[in-house]
Amino acid sequence: MARTVIPFGPQHPVLPEPVHLDLVVEDEKVVEARPSIGFIHRGLEKLAEKKDYIEFVYVAERICGICSFIHGQTYCQAVETLMNVQVPPRALYLRTVWGELSRLHSHLLWLGLMADGMGFESLFMHSWRVREKVLNIVEATTGGRVIFGSCKVGGVRRDMDAETIRNLPQELDEIEREMREITKVFLDERSAKARLCGVGVLSKQEAHDLGCVGPTLRGSGVAQDMRQLGYAAFGDIQIEPVTRPEGDCYARCAVRCEELFQSVKIIRQALARIPDGEIAVKVTGNPAGETITRTEQPRGEVVYHLKANGSKNLQRFRVRTPTFANLPAMLKMLPGCDLADVPMIVLTIDPCISCTER
Amino acid sequence: MTQEQNIELITVDALLDKVRAKREQGCRLVQVSATRLPDQVELTYSFDLDSRLANLRLSLPAAETRVPSISSIYGCAILYENEIHDLFNVQVDGLTVDFKGNFYKTAVKFPFGSVKAPGAKPAAPPASPVAACGAAPAATTESNK
Amino acid sequence: MGYFEMSKLALKWALTKPPTSRYPFEPRQAISGSRGQLVFTKDNCVYCTVCAKKCPTGALLVNRAQKKWAIDRLRCISCGCCVEVCPKKSLELTTNHGSPSVTRDREFH
Repeated sequence: MARTVIPFGPQHPVLPEPVHLDLVVEDEKVVEARPSIGFIHRGLEKLAEKKDYIEFVYVAERICGICSFIHGQTYCQAVETLMNVQVPPRALYLRTVWGELSRLHSHLLWLGLMADGMGFESLFMHSWRVREKVLNIVEATTGGRVIFGSCKVGGVRRDMDAETIRNLPQELDEIEREMREITKVFLDERSAKARLCGVGVLSKQEAHDLGCVGPTLRGSGVAQDMRQLGYAAFGDIQIEPVTRPEGDCYARCAVRCEELFQSVKIIRQALARIPDGEIAVKVTGNPAGETITRTEQPRGEVVYHLKANGSKNLQRFRVRTPTFANLPAMLKMLPGCDLADVPMIVLTIDPCISCTER
Repeated sequence: MTQEQNIELITVDALLDKVRAKREQGCRLVQVSATRLPDQVELTYSFDLDSRLANLRLSLPAAETRVPSISSIYGCAILYENEIHDLFNVQVDGLTVDFKGNFYKTAVKFPFGSVKAPGAKPAAPPASPVAACGAAPAATTESNK
Repeated sequence: MGYFEMSKLALKWALTKPPTSRYPFEPRQAISGSRGQLVFTKDNCVYCTVCAKKCPTGALLVNRAQKKWAIDRLRCISCGCCVEVCPKKSLELTTNHGSPSVTRDREFH
């Protein structure tokens, strides 16, 4: 049977960010997928040699637009570990609230992209309409819609006053109600299920061996969530990882839908328990030492490996983002699928290519 | 709260055996990272078992940066190893999928390589079929601010 | 398994006012607390140059001898560092995001 090579990307309507795949197809069945990345490599790791460690928080936040807050938070956490800084509890709770709002907006964005990939334009618009409500809350509390700019080494830059904290649960009620309407369509609608069920199956062993993280791993039945490590306010708030046993695109979609409601619950708990106090401590001196910090981004586990030698600039700043760990899974799922399933499989790992090639 | 760090120093020869032992224990490969220090390159291999992180550390002298590939044990390591080859000029022997230097398209070859890294664009015709099809004009330059 | 689960949602929104606003014919409702454009009040400034030193992107240029303050609008990321460190409170971040720039020139004050 004759083989054709079809290039997918770097510009494609379903891709949020540029990635190139050469799909070798035999009569509509994909036989092999050869990746080619590097279109958005900005050399951010080398920038650590030029910017001092306090200013670098702005660069760390801008590694990605969708998961930006948690990048900034993990960076601050890593530097605080290096310098042995005790962040005040109020700042930890505020970071948790903003982190979960960031997860809400990221998952809603992904649901929209998934609907768009399926061709379900109206559902895409509805998901993003609910996302606008989350972004309005974020803009009112931090000042920015996408890049929050509220984390700094030693705490947070802005506080939430008591009235905001009192009104937030009511706004969350409304958002939660609308999310239930949308997720019902994703999980019960016949056409959505026809496109998602049975596509891109990853067994539990395969997911573990390929080094998957986040919803890709949890959709195959492995219950691992970095929030269980207890950073920020997660020492007081218990997390039960959301898992599904099937391992196909539907399972991963269902995991993300369920995590939306888990995040709303976490925000409510954090707002109820937020302690009073300062929001930041003053940080002086330079960092020295080495640390490896892990947190849970919407897409999975992110690892920050920082090395400092007592000067103003970090010696090494290394980020291993979750999409980088999920790429082998995508390359494993592609051979054997139909050409029409390729967008589903590429989107199901939630590719954030600008994170992957910082 | 600090997350526990435990780093085990090993030699290049012991690498494959240690990694195989981790695989038998059921660890997941988390990352492989490289750091260029003035006279050596340090490689860190991180593994996760039940949310506990264990790291293996190798030091390679700057003159001879060669390391065997662990992609025969952990298939997903090809991405990390191609990256450390492209950015740090570390020779990795035995890669199951080798991009031969075309994984990242950078204006400067081996940006974290030695001080005397050549500044030419990668002009050699790519040997792997990947880059043959995927050689789109990618002018990514490192930001200078 | 539902047939036309979407129909409930579609029907509801067919009968409701659309959630989009007719921008730019209607102005955008500003959200208080939003970080928009930097506004410089010349009268209070003493040209101490602290804001230019703290700016992470290098958008500000301050010349003490010639008493000039300049900003490159395209480099400003509205982070608010300059507002925090200014000792004379001559800088402020407003909620309005300003008009788009078409040139890369600095704005001199």
